[in-house]
Amino acid sequence: MSNGTKPPFFMNRTAFTRARFIIGFLAVPVLLYLVYVISPYAQAFSIAMTDWRGVNAEPGFVGAANFRRLLDDNVFWTAVRHNGLLLVLMPLGTLVIALFFAFLLNAGGPRGVSGVRGARFYRVVFFFPQVLAVAIVAVLFQQVFRPDESGMLNAPLMALGLEPVGFLSDPGVAFWSILGVLIWQAVGFYVVLFSAGMASIPRDLYEAAQIDGATRGRLFFRVTLPLLWDTVQVGWIYLGIAALDVFAIVWVMTAEHGGPDHSTTVMAAEIYRNAFQYFKFGYASAMGVVLFFFTVAFAVVALRLSRRERVEF
Amino acid sequence: MADKSISRRELLRSAAVTGLLLPGALAACASPGGGGSRTPAAAATGATSAANPLGIAETSPFEVVIFDGGFGDAYARNIHQPLFAARHPSAQIKHSATKEIAKTLQPRFAGGNPPEFVNNSGDNAMDFGALAQDGQLQDLGALLDAPSWDDPAMKVRDTILPSAVELGTYDGTYCVLNYANTVWGIWYSTKLFGDNGWQVPKTWDEFTALCETIQKSGTCAPFTYAGKHPFYIYETILTLAAKIGGVEVLKNIDNLAPDAWKAEPVAKAAEAFAELGAKYLLRGTEGLDHIQTQTAHNKYQVAMLPCGSWLENEQKDTTPADFGYAMFPLPSFSESDALPYGTLHSRPGEEFFVAARSANPRAGMEYMRAMLSKEGAGKFSELVSTLTIVKGAADGRTLKPGLRSAAGRLKEAGENVTYFRFRQWYKELHDEVAAATGQLMAGRLKVAQWAERVQRKSDEIKNDTSVKKFTRA
Repeated sequence: MSNGTKPPFFMNRTAFTRARFIIGFLAVPVLLYLVYVISPYAQAFSIAMTDWRGVNAEPGFVGAANFRRLLDDNVFWTAVRHNGLLLVLMPLGTLVIALFFAFLLNAGGPRGVSGVRGARFYRVVFFFPQVLAVAIVAVLFQQVFRPDESGMLNAPLMALGLEPVGFLSDPGVAFWSILGVLIWQAVGFYVVLFSAGMASIPRDLYEAAQIDGATRGRLFFRVTLPLLWDTVQVGWIYLGIAALDVFAIVWVMTAEHGGPDHSTTVMAAEIYRNAFQYFKFGYASAMGVVLFFFTVAFAVVALRLSRRERVEF
Repeated sequence: MADKSISRRELLRSAAVTGLLLPGALAACASPGGGGSRTPAAAATGATSAANPLGIAETSPFEVVIFDGGFGDAYARNIHQPLFAARHPSAQIKHSATKEIAKTLQPRFAGGNPPEFVNNSGDNAMDFGALAQDGQLQDLGALLDAPSWDDPAMKVRDTILPSAVELGTYDGTYCVLNYANTVWGIWYSTKLFGDNGWQVPKTWDEFTALCETIQKSGTCAPFTYAGKHPFYIYETILTLAAKIGGVEVLKNIDNLAPDAWKAEPVAKAAEAFAELGAKYLLRGTEGLDHIQTQTAHNKYQVAMLPCGSWLENEQKDTTPADFGYAMFPLPSFSESDALPYGTLHSRPGEEFFVAARSANPRAGMEYMRAMLSKEGAGKFSELVSTLTIVKGAADGRTLKPGLRSAAGRLKEAGENVTYFRFRQWYKELHDEVAAATGQLMAGRLKVAQWAERVQRKSDEIKNDTSVKKFTRA
């Protein structure tokens, strides 16, 4: 870097330059973070204690009244229950399917060291749902789930003389339809993620295990899964947060935005409904505050549970 | 709140001084400005005269925001604005249209800089209850008492339907112009009915007999409604309830009266439609939306559906040329119905208001006066195929068959017109009624459970102090 006779100029001022460098990079993001993330959060807490209806300049302070009302709000607790179910089922479904596919793509071949035939093609196909906008996915599935002869799933059923299934119109079924769409949409990304993880597992581990007579199932549970555990945990946390944040699919796809009869509603949908349809911004903010604590609690629990020694290889 | 020693605004100001202008300014527009007094800028006015009865400032510009929905915004650009400009050439109109009224305008109302004239309509309209509560709606009393656009000897009040004044009145002040006049009924194709020799039913027994005939004939399904939007069917239930028990039934519901939803006529009407739902619906109805069911109607897959008079315009691209849209009023339920055959649900809708805290509210009111002229209203009816509240404005205009039918039925109904208002007053109640009625029609709720549920929501709203209450007499 220099010819050695004289230390270069910047070495004298390392400390200053370093500080300037770091501040230069951090100041703008931190400021933006404060303005666009922290300050709205802080505002949500204060709005949650008012009866603000969105258009007036002087909301009245009502203390904890919004939170007390929230305790008796059946619809909100239905939404919380749905979020809770999603929190368990969506990561579980997505991860199991994604692991299965990723294993087939990487070690599903005849000898267990390569993927099934056409693995590259499938990898691309699995990723398709990821590149579609959520609103498009929702509209697409409205057509898939249509309850008449034009529905992709019901047309064959009706052709066979069976009664059509109200995928989105039967309150007992609608939630599972939503779960299906959410998993369908998420799987592709995790297949790619796990594939990348699996590709970095040394082939000789598999070969050694095979020489020892391990079946494909044992290979998966004894070699692949433990070595992939870190990646699975990351996926679990991402999916958990996504499950708490579900909104667009529900809002766009279902009747009555979370219906029929609140059978698919989620917290985010209730917040949106109360804020932008009932114009109860104070009450909606109270819901937002509750959601905030749920999310924080989930993050804390997830990070606690996932603290585990890394397997070295 | 006003007596706080340091208001948020002052805090922001000091924050700005210390160089934190950016976050402070953003916070100020994201949330309501805190305590402290706020004086709206003085509204622009001019001298009143025969040509300018509302006294608008002839040279002050104003803003018109139109909801770009089923009616589009061509009627404003091509009919109303030229009409206005012809009399007030120097007042500049800034026109814009949006599908998202609340998202576009709500920050401007909260920020004290609203546009003068707003067509507050569509799924994402601003809540009128909230706007009224905050004094954002300009008192339009002066407009009602002003001479009409066409005839200086006649007040605007006398040229429009009285129900429009009642519906636009919040807390005793007339402040919302409901411009279009919607008529609800059961729609059918004159071609389909003619080809099969089906007659329009006048009693409930004739109606169910007709459904049975259609079902047996295998031609098509007898009945459907927009299953995903149960409003379309609870509207019919309530209208039938009013026909059975009189307008009091709907008044009690609107006034959140105790046990209003458990009244006998309501139960009878709900029972009647629940039976219809169990026997005669187009397959898959509960999962279809209004466009899908209306298109099935156009394809002759179903014979009848309940809808408002906007139907023909909404379906203009899929209706066969010889379809022949027509509507009939709800059949009489029994001999002892409180209201006679021909009773219709009809009410002014499509709301417009003038922002009280805008810079030039008078111009917005004058613009309304132009809209309420015979020419403005008549051309509107022709263009968007919808009647208006202006009496006789559609006479002599060329109307499509469906609208002609609706106009005819409305004339026959005369005074026997019903409507309900809770949908606009308490959106939460509307959502609950819709959700429960969907389940009622699908057979998952019994009438008593349905009434119980809706009544519980009605009571809940009644006891919720944060929601402003309205009453109708």
